[in-house]
Amino acid sequence: MAETHSLQDMRQQAAITAKVFIQRDYSSGTMCQFQTKFPSELENRIDKQQFEETVRALNNMYAEAEKLGSQSYIEGCLACLTAYTVFLCMETHYEKVLKKIAKYIQEQNDKIYAPRGLLLTDPIERGLRVVEITIFEDRSLTR
Amino acid sequence: MKNCEYQQIDPQALPTPTPTPPPHHGNDTEKKKEPRRPRRKWEVFPGKNRFYCNGRIIVARQSGVLPLTLGLILVTSGLFFIFDCPFLVKHLTSCIPVIGGVLFVFVLITLLQTSFTDPGILPRATPDEAADIEKQIDNTGNTSYRPPPRTKEVLINQQVVKLKYCFTCKMFRPPRTSHCSLCDNCVERFDHHCPWVGNCVGKRNYRFFYTFIVSLSFLTAFIFGCVTTHLALRAQGGKGLVFALQESPGSAVELVICFFSVWSILGLSGFHTYLVASNLTTNEDIKGSWSGKSGEDVTNPYSHKNIFINCCSVLCAPMPPSLIDRRGFLPADESAQTGSADIELPTLAAKSEINVCTQGTKGLLESAALSPLLSTSCPQGKPQNAHSCPETSPALNSDPTSEFSKGCRGNHTSSSHDDTSRPRHTKARSKKCRREALHIPNPAFDVPVSPTSPDAAPDSKARSHKGGSLTPLH
Repeated sequence: MAETHSLQDMRQQAAITAKVFIQRDYSSGTMCQFQTKFPSELENRIDKQQFEETVRALNNMYAEAEKLGSQSYIEGCLACLTAYTVFLCMETHYEKVLKKIAKYIQEQNDKIYAPRGLLLTDPIERGLRVVEITIFEDRSLTR
Repeated sequence: MKNCEYQQIDPQALPTPTPTPPPHHGNDTEKKKEPRRPRRKWEVFPGKNRFYCNGRIIVARQSGVLPLTLGLILVTSGLFFIFDCPFLVKHLTSCIPVIGGVLFVFVLITLLQTSFTDPGILPRATPDEAADIEKQIDNTGNTSYRPPPRTKEVLINQQVVKLKYCFTCKMFRPPRTSHCSLCDNCVERFDHHCPWVGNCVGKRNYRFFYTFIVSLSFLTAFIFGCVTTHLALRAQGGKGLVFALQESPGSAVELVICFFSVWSILGLSGFHTYLVASNLTTNEDIKGSWSGKSGEDVTNPYSHKNIFINCCSVLCAPMPPSLIDRRGFLPADESAQTGSADIELPTLAAKSEINVCTQGTKGLLESAALSPLLSTSCPQGKPQNAHSCPETSPALNSDPTSEFSKGCRGNHTSSSHDDTSRPRHTKARSKKCRREALHIPNPAFDVPVSPTSPDAAPDSKARSHKGGSLTPLH
């Protein structure tokens, strides 16, 4: 519950110093991948390694969501045969993975980013354009 | 690393909290205090789209000739079932109405899905993102009077692809994304804006569109064949075609409609089959992006070099989610930042917010959505007047569009922060846009009436599609 308080506090009370945007990496096409380049604004807040690990994990999950495998082919053919009405009833594979991603981001926020005064925003809330990292005011300096 | 400072902060001990009204709780006291009911994102959507059934259904502002398409299909199929089926069942087989019925249902369902599905609209950049990008552009630009370059180059599968900056949406467009002037949205994997279905065809609804035209070609060919057989059977025994037509006048209408449509629809299906097999979009094909016309050795970087894999990746890939989250509620944080927060945060709300916060912002919106608060279902035809800077270039867009977007840019920049809030600001913005728009010539008004048919394939068949399908009206 302590972590919960901190998340809520940061959203309501703490002043936002800056926002960093991790842009998309299009080198492998239109697949949803984010750049792993470490932004300079985060240098004194978090480990480069940690950050890269988070982004890589996100990239892997998005790759899994968009993967063209036998399962997606079967789903696609079945959907076509039913005039795609199954999309109205069933949760698609992509949506399942998005839920997993949301959980992962929340977990990362709780364990790693919130204690450092950072907050990751789920890219789906920004139209899968960017990973927004909000940098909150460092209260330990003001106290 | 600094930690623990954050975990021990007591929310009550801190100075004046930023008033952040929660979207809602299902708590009556909150509802009474809040002057406005919580709004869903579709209500403030800046593109030119219309929403029905509380955001579940999305169509373009200009429905184009969708009613005509529906009408033609319903009328032709209706006449088929009324006039031809009884005769053919008696003289041939009862499979005919069954096959016809299945095809008809398929066509109708896929047509409605194409028209009512979000084609892959990209939500516009938030003000913070836009500022960040502008900063990056200015850094790399030069100090002379010439405006800084608004393109970015990326290397995709050893192919250089230029990403353009969209002035309306304030972001660099992802590859294969194009801004549709009629809908005023950036659409992913933009194929074309189809007036026949009254919507853009993009990443999310291309498979519906393709299934629609393929099943429509089957249906048209099937009806055409059946009607011909019917009339031939009736005209047997020396009675003559005129006699047959007099006996079954509906068949005459069907014959005319089908005869003129079948060639163009078959042509269109063939063209799109080619596009699917080579993983191209109509937009790319028409612009010749990968055809190597400039003499360079360019190949399509998105193609998997295998027809089967290309087809599967276009038609059977996992269905991407809608990025615009139409039915989500406007987040409280953004309302507060734009200065529209006009209520104090009650302590009761603070407590419940703690519980809600654990799920993250999206969870907040989802839990809010589950609350039984909400009002109307199916507010029919609520048009969105948000950014009514009518983009006046014809539907085959991107390059001309960016020119016009520049004209409206100043206007959008000044009021971009209002994207997620007030109808008051929205109206003011639309008034400003209308004044600017008056100076811009407006050929687009011709588009719905005599569609420039963005389906226009480089062959003549599609042109006859446009001409031919309109002929029966005379």
